[in-house]
Amino acid sequence: MSVTTDSSNKDNAFQRFFRAKRGHSPFNRMLIHLALIISSIIAIYPVLRVLSVSLRPGDRLLSTSLAIIPSDATLNNYFVVVTEKDFMLWLWNSLAITVSTAIVGVIFSSTSAYAFSRWRFPGRNTGMLFLLATQMIPAAMLMVPIYILAVKLGLLGTYRGLVIAYSVSSIPFSVWILKGYYDTIPRDLEEAALIDGANRIAAFYRIILPLSTPALSVVFLFNFMQAWNDYLLARVLLANSTEIWTWPLGLQALQGQFQTAWGQFAAASIMVMIPVVALFLYSSKYLISGLTAGGVKG
Amino acid sequence: MDSLTLDVIVRSISEVGGTVAFIVVGSIILELVLFLIFKVILKSPHTLPIMLLGPAAFGMIVLIIYPLLWELNLSFTNMSLRRFGDKAQYTWIACQAKPENINFWLTDCLFKNYADVFRLPVLKQVYFFPVFFRTVLWTFINMVFHLVGGMIFAILLNQPIRGRGIYRTFLILPWAIPQVIAVLAWRGEFHFEYGFVNLILVRLGLEQINWMTDPFWNFTAMCIVNIWLGIPFMMVILLGGLQSISSDYYEAAEIDGASGLQQFTNITIPLLRPVMTPAIVLGTIWTFNNFNVPFFINQFELETSDILVTALFRAAFQYNRYGFSAAFAFIIFIILLLYSIFYIWISDGLKEVYE
Repeated sequence: MSVTTDSSNKDNAFQRFFRAKRGHSPFNRMLIHLALIISSIIAIYPVLRVLSVSLRPGDRLLSTSLAIIPSDATLNNYFVVVTEKDFMLWLWNSLAITVSTAIVGVIFSSTSAYAFSRWRFPGRNTGMLFLLATQMIPAAMLMVPIYILAVKLGLLGTYRGLVIAYSVSSIPFSVWILKGYYDTIPRDLEEAALIDGANRIAAFYRIILPLSTPALSVVFLFNFMQAWNDYLLARVLLANSTEIWTWPLGLQALQGQFQTAWGQFAAASIMVMIPVVALFLYSSKYLISGLTAGGVKG
Repeated sequence: MDSLTLDVIVRSISEVGGTVAFIVVGSIILELVLFLIFKVILKSPHTLPIMLLGPAAFGMIVLIIYPLLWELNLSFTNMSLRRFGDKAQYTWIACQAKPENINFWLTDCLFKNYADVFRLPVLKQVYFFPVFFRTVLWTFINMVFHLVGGMIFAILLNQPIRGRGIYRTFLILPWAIPQVIAVLAWRGEFHFEYGFVNLILVRLGLEQINWMTDPFWNFTAMCIVNIWLGIPFMMVILLGGLQSISSDYYEAAEIDGASGLQQFTNITIPLLRPVMTPAIVLGTIWTFNNFNVPFFINQFELETSDILVTALFRAAFQYNRYGFSAAFAFIIFIILLLYSIFYIWISDGLKEVYE
């Protein structure tokens, strides 16, 4: 996970940092560190630029400086976005839609994946293939029918339409991940519980779900990120209802006017980014095991 | 101007709560119906899995299968904005074509929209095949860089060095950032005068580049952004795979005198295959279908930067050729389906799913 420190070691931090546990010569280690440092800089530089633009005062937005923290840094852009724009409303809308989507999506996909993992029923293979096939549907493909469906059911410009659409659209990927993970849990555990008199549902609830925490976290995170980041569906279903706009729609409106609102766009971006990145990095310890456990068996 | 007031919060919580309650009640009713049909009437041994699948399956039928069938029907009609919303105004092309205009019944009549995708411009000027080949090129470039970059970083992060957690956190960042923000921020940074890409080029003594208006450089910009965005996913998948490979294999190979390259091709690659196959299939599909990057980076709507999905979006929502774009969508869908079937068939990658 993080840097391993052995407290008994009295060497200075620098030496400890560069000493391998095993393997490489010091020169090779330096090369590895160098490669990783350069790639880390490429990975985070664009983000630092957004931070830098957000700190610039209004009259210096169009600057050719490459400094990360401008000399005359100000939080004015953040202030303007929070108080004068609809930013808080957009964030709130996104949050309300996203959290309910993620919860509903995880519940439905966790039970479906259990059925796919433990039973051989007619249509099972077709079902799994169908789930894979849904991934091939171009996002723009279903927009016209879904728009018309939403008009007919009166779901245009409502939270309800988006919540339902998002939770369904993330089910296929979630089911694949969870099914792969459940497959790695030995059946003996449930069978022992069944012999002890528990029924299937209790076995699922008491044994499978707690053991699947890594995969469930990944699925929750994916559902959350997908709904939180979606632009296309929100644009189609909410285009004219500015009072329930989600933040991607609002931010795109801000960014549209490059000269005037670039700093505000950057400030808003940083505020949207921080909670999501924190959530993502926090759950990234589950990410690797949750994503790949289904693939690598044994 | 709308703003966030207590009223708004109360209203939205009640609406969201209502939605969740609606879904819960709907599911309970659905489960009862399924139970009655399968357990009580049919006495099926598969009642429990069917009930477990019920709500998800119902949602998929309503929101994916039904719209797909609707779209299939639409692809045979002449619907456009002019005829939108009025059922009487649009019909199947096959029902209303005049006999004197028909040379060949299948392409001029029944599958007219499908044939038009190949013989008329899909947007204003570009035809299907240039867009298709650009999409293939786009997918290929991205996947090569994602795989090679992801593999390099995964191997580097799998080395026994200190500070791996920190490096991994930094390298994962492009994936963690909301994609819309990343893409819009990159778009700003490709600005001719004030974007950092050109600023750095100038400092290096190079010419500034017209990232937004020059077709070649606009396409390059799209690729740069998507490579930056996509490497972390591959890296995480491959790192997970690498960490699951027992070090015994490498120690044995070491004793037998295998070189690093031999160990990589004979141990690492074969053992990573179960992880790599689905990742490559999904990655290819996602790249092929990527909407945000080509749509936003292409700020001036150059038709020379459109890939199939963005062309599809424009055909449907800017030119409002609904019937035509439905046919277009099915053609894209079928291309991806054929690709996946082919790839899965040659790599045998789905064997495990069925076992």
